[in-house]
Amino acid sequence: MTDKTHLFEYLLRLGDNALVLGQRLGEWVAHGPELEEEMAMANFALDYIGQARLFLSYAGEVEGQRRDEDQLAFLRDSIDFKNVLLVEQPNGDFGQTIARQFLYESFYQFQLEGLSRSTDTRIAEIAERVSKEIRYHLRHTRKWVLRLGDGTDESHKRIQNSFDELWRFSGELFVADETDNWAVEHGIGPNPETLSSRWNQFVGAALTEATLIQPDDGWMDGGGRYGRHSEHLGYLLADMQFLQRAYPAASW
Amino acid sequence: MYTQGLDQKPDTEKQVDGTEQLVRFQARIDADEKIEPKDWMPDGYRKTLIRQISQHAHSEIVGMLPEGNWITRAPTLRRKAILLAKVQDEAGHGLYLYSATETLGVSRDQLTEQLLTGKAKYSSIFNYPTLSWADIGAIGWLVDGAAIMNQIPLCRCSYGPYARAMVRVCKEESFHQRQGFEIMLELSRGSDAQRRMAQDALNRWWWPSLMMFGPSDVDSKHSAQSMAWKIKRFSNDELRQKFVDVTVPQAEFLGLTMPDTDLDWNESRGHYDFGEIDWQEFYEVLKGNGPCNRERLAARQSAHDDGAWVRTAAVAYAQKQKRRCQAA
Ligand SMILES: [Fe+2]
Ligand SMILES: [Fe+2]
Repeated sequence: MTDKTHLFEYLLRLGDNALVLGQRLGEWVAHGPELEEEMAMANFALDYIGQARLFLSYAGEVEGQRRDEDQLAFLRDSIDFKNVLLVEQPNGDFGQTIARQFLYESFYQFQLEGLSRSTDTRIAEIAERVSKEIRYHLRHTRKWVLRLGDGTDESHKRIQNSFDELWRFSGELFVADETDNWAVEHGIGPNPETLSSRWNQFVGAALTEATLIQPDDGWMDGGGRYGRHSEHLGYLLADMQFLQRAYPAASW
Repeated sequence: MYTQGLDQKPDTEKQVDGTEQLVRFQARIDADEKIEPKDWMPDGYRKTLIRQISQHAHSEIVGMLPEGNWITRAPTLRRKAILLAKVQDEAGHGLYLYSATETLGVSRDQLTEQLLTGKAKYSSIFNYPTLSWADIGAIGWLVDGAAIMNQIPLCRCSYGPYARAMVRVCKEESFHQRQGFEIMLELSRGSDAQRRMAQDALNRWWWPSLMMFGPSDVDSKHSAQSMAWKIKRFSNDELRQKFVDVTVPQAEFLGLTMPDTDLDWNESRGHYDFGEIDWQEFYEVLKGNGPCNRERLAARQSAHDDGAWVRTAAVAYAQKQKRRCQAA
């Protein structure tokens, strides 16, 4: 693969993670447990959609096939989506969304830290800006992990269960493949394998404080980055892409 | 805006009885002074405000539902971002308005309860469905547009906290209105299918938008007292006419046809004449018989029920933390 195809691939992964997560969070709007949380969800969704636009429009430029952010978002099928499986998992109850966000954002913060030192100045600038957003999200999300974990028996049971369920999707975050190795070699981004001990520490500390048990690393699912997704992604894309598919080439 | 049901129930109508306090209160209002939460106010004034502001707050919240429908299906990432920001603004409006209501001595829990039990009303406009993307345009253009007409005078409302909340809300509503119009513009300049979508949305939203201003002045019982208290500054019909006058040229600009064969410029009045509103429909929707009344309340109810364990957990956690702090 050439540098160009590697970079394109790398940006798609970043963009798709943000896009799919933004789409999931958007589903919460008007259905949250309280008004303040609905606002927070909308705000976080908005941040992720903004990030997706930055990464995907850059990806389109790198590819050089005149595909813009919308063509990449709305006109690829799931086989070409490069997000990790964790972000496409359904919202479930509020606790499950919090668990998913927490696991992912704990990883994303460290990934962004590495990306902000990227030799690719555009990536570095985006990462710099996004880091601030994710720091804010994480403060909020971590607080909810504590509240639910150390709240009532019911909330404790529910969120423990969510962490147990989602844990199998955490492994994929830290597997370095050819594209990651290319990124490391060129100083584009961090080696995901090196992020896992900090992630474990960060997540472990929060779970302990929340009186929750850190699940064992058993069998780990994966494949999202290669276009092998869970069944959930198809429905998400069907919803998201409907208008662009139904009215090809229309302008909105 | 969002308070059209108010004009029906005359139970807060209390005549000024001439006591000294009332006379002083009215004098302050007449002098355009702001009434603040700690000031003395007549019971009827307080009740009217609670009802009006909370109804307005509920409308902001329920209004998130029809628009929220389209967040996951917005046609471009830019449109999705704009819609998310808009819906987030509406939640913010709900929050300021609940806070303004709380200054009058009602708690947010009570207000939520009133909404869910159907005791409190919200604007009927949100009981209509959003069937296509064009509806998101039509809501911004017409519904936020009508809201602005109603709310700009409220920025000078005699009750300080409400007036101040309205100043902030109005700025955001005018942004929403422009975004909605922009969606309609894009559609009306688009393909035949898109124009059809836009026209259909206008056909469905036009009359309900006119109903947002409330019953006609002849049937509106509350106006006189609310006007004297400077809670209301223009009559329903005056505001409705203003809205029609502003909106008809916009529809022409879009190349869309208003669904009203009686609509015509009246040179001598200097206003547009328009057809008779179907008041039967208005009262039916108000009574709960609109296309989505049940769905809207059910959605709020299930959000409330599904979130109960979360709210309980947050309270339990806060109590534990407090005990830990005291113990330490
Ligand atoms: Fe609003
Ligand atoms: Fe609005």
